[in-house]
Amino acid sequence: MVASEKHILDLQNVSKRYDGKTILDNINLYIREGEFVTLLGPSGCGNTTTLRLIAGFIQPDDGKILLEGEDIAGIPPYQRPLNTVFQRYALFPHLDVYDNIAFGLKLQKTPTDEIDRRVRKVLKMVAMTDYEDRDVDSLSGGQQQRVAIARALVNEPKVLLLDEPLSALDRKMREDMQIELKEMHQKLGITFIYVTHDQEEALTLSDTIVVMNEGRIQQIGTPTEIYNEPVNCFVADFIGESNILDGTFIKNGLVEFIGHEFECVDKGFGRRAPVDVVVRPEDVYIRRSQSGTQFSGTVRTCTFKGVHNEIFVDTDEGYEMMIQDYNAFEPGERVHMLIKPEDIQVMRKECTSNVLSGTVRDAETVRILGGDFPVANSFEVGSEVKVEVPFDGIELMDNLDDGVISGEVHSILYKGNHYHLTVRTEDGDSLYVDTNDIWDKGDLVGVKFIGQGIKLSKAEDETD
Amino acid sequence: MKPIKRSAWALPYTVFLVLFVALPLVMVLIYAFTGRGGGVSLENFVRFFHSPEDLHTFVYSIEIALITTVLCLLLGYPAAWIMSNSNLNRSSVTVMLFILPMWINMLIRTLATVALFDFLRAPLGEATLIFGMVYNFLPFMIYPIYNTLNKMDKSYAEAAQDLGATPIKVFTKVTVPLSMPGIWSGILMVFMPTISTFAVAELLTMNKIKLFGTTIQENINSGMWNYGAALALIMLAIIGITTLFSDSEQSSEVETGGLI
Repeated sequence: MVASEKHILDLQNVSKRYDGKTILDNINLYIREGEFVTLLGPSGCGNTTTLRLIAGFIQPDDGKILLEGEDIAGIPPYQRPLNTVFQRYALFPHLDVYDNIAFGLKLQKTPTDEIDRRVRKVLKMVAMTDYEDRDVDSLSGGQQQRVAIARALVNEPKVLLLDEPLSALDRKMREDMQIELKEMHQKLGITFIYVTHDQEEALTLSDTIVVMNEGRIQQIGTPTEIYNEPVNCFVADFIGESNILDGTFIKNGLVEFIGHEFECVDKGFGRRAPVDVVVRPEDVYIRRSQSGTQFSGTVRTCTFKGVHNEIFVDTDEGYEMMIQDYNAFEPGERVHMLIKPEDIQVMRKECTSNVLSGTVRDAETVRILGGDFPVANSFEVGSEVKVEVPFDGIELMDNLDDGVISGEVHSILYKGNHYHLTVRTEDGDSLYVDTNDIWDKGDLVGVKFIGQGIKLSKAEDETD
Repeated sequence: MKPIKRSAWALPYTVFLVLFVALPLVMVLIYAFTGRGGGVSLENFVRFFHSPEDLHTFVYSIEIALITTVLCLLLGYPAAWIMSNSNLNRSSVTVMLFILPMWINMLIRTLATVALFDFLRAPLGEATLIFGMVYNFLPFMIYPIYNTLNKMDKSYAEAAQDLGATPIKVFTKVTVPLSMPGIWSGILMVFMPTISTFAVAELLTMNKIKLFGTTIQENINSGMWNYGAALALIMLAIIGITTLFSDSEQSSEVETGGLI
């Protein structure tokens, strides 16, 4: 069923904090009636919190949640016309299948014969007829899942909330349930809000995907939009496989990366602007003959993946490309590649260097992020300065004591010939680091500055 | 050398169990069914059912035990519920406060209670007896209930709310039914000792009120081993029946966890 234009749910500037930590940061989102919306993101991204806010188990610290235009702030969960399918089902162990499903209807004092009719109908829909007298503990994971869905649907909610409902099932079962859920959604026309960290699941099920990370919405779009036109590196990296590369936008329709210029369809990034470029591995054409290709390289590995082969190629310019192709190639083989203009996704860089504020201690040192970094300067002692540190101007060290400050590797992105790391300092500030060294997520590192690229300028009055 | 079979390790325990559990029970059985003449006889039981005083004490003891159990449940459930709902740090302190009196010997605590009543010039009697019993056995009720409530997945309550249950309905339809195993073990742990206690009763009522435990003790002290054994057997039967009754209700989840 196609979603109508009517908004059933509106989240306006919604924020949520726990113990001073921001879980949701200014979420703005609308959900259309009958839509299948997925809140997708890694664990801790805030999607479950969003769902719990909608269900009413927690209250937002800021912002409003509107259901059909009405603010539902003061309405407790038991009065909201929404039902939830919980991650671990939360079926009542003291009740059998029938009584679990009838729980909501009995509370509403529905006549017995109507309860009977509706429970049977919904059991039929989830293919669980004949199970009504069974103890819920005697059911398999998949069957419990069906009962949980039936228990929510029998109340005919306006919106069905699903909190990672398939995460406890094995892969085959999960895929079957995905199809069934999709069919149920189409048949019932109820709005589904689905929380998952599984990008494949999101792509399969959704009309609209909301990609979230660290309490913020990264991108909202249809599965195709999200996959083909990710707005930033996080989305590109999280959804599907991708080659994410540093590039320069030369002019409209022309972008340079991996040491070559490519025609592209993107416009309006400016002239000679630094950008991120995403190329999906299946969009790189790989040939044995050079004619008509754009760049060349040598096959490093080739792995058979069922439908396709996954090939890693070292280009002559020293970049690594991941390529998917039906043909297999031998490691060491010379190959030639081609990327079509419409397959190149250009994204504005969120930042091109670390912009930090510091205080001058003396002519040799500046205090930045709580550490005294040796930075030669000619500013007055005690004055506030703006410090720009290029991504490759930071060195990370195993030994925390060797660094001026310490931090934790928060995320890692491979950019073809180097890694782009986000390092979270003890105070929660982020530093972006380009490095050739291999680190793991969660590694504790010492941080110091290297090289000449550090720029100091007088802090403007109104910096934050 | 062959390694010692694992079952061999059980030998000392088996010997202990036979000597101090099975054998005494068998002796109680034998004594109870031995008549004055020495042969097998039911005369001790017949005597009990023809002794209005002993029968009365028996019924009265059950009554006191029931009242104590009900009071403990009424006081203990809310306490356990509050503790399981407060945050971890604070609740572990509260749990300690409830458990701490158990570190002091029950007789000493009871003597202190008597002294307190003396100080307040409260007459010792049924009321002080019940107070003393509830005071002594309340932790046995709170702890198992607290345990089940604390382990209960919070999503059950959320699911019930989500399906339209008001907080009161959540409590009656989900929380209480799901905490039945804890309630049953609490009831058992309070009912069993209260029905057989005699020291607490003697101290707290200055021997004004006699409970069944005292009757047994008196008989055995005055050399009436056979009659005393029969009375002990009757009490054992009552406790056995309660255990069976609760076993059928609580399936496998007895959560009594290291209190005694």
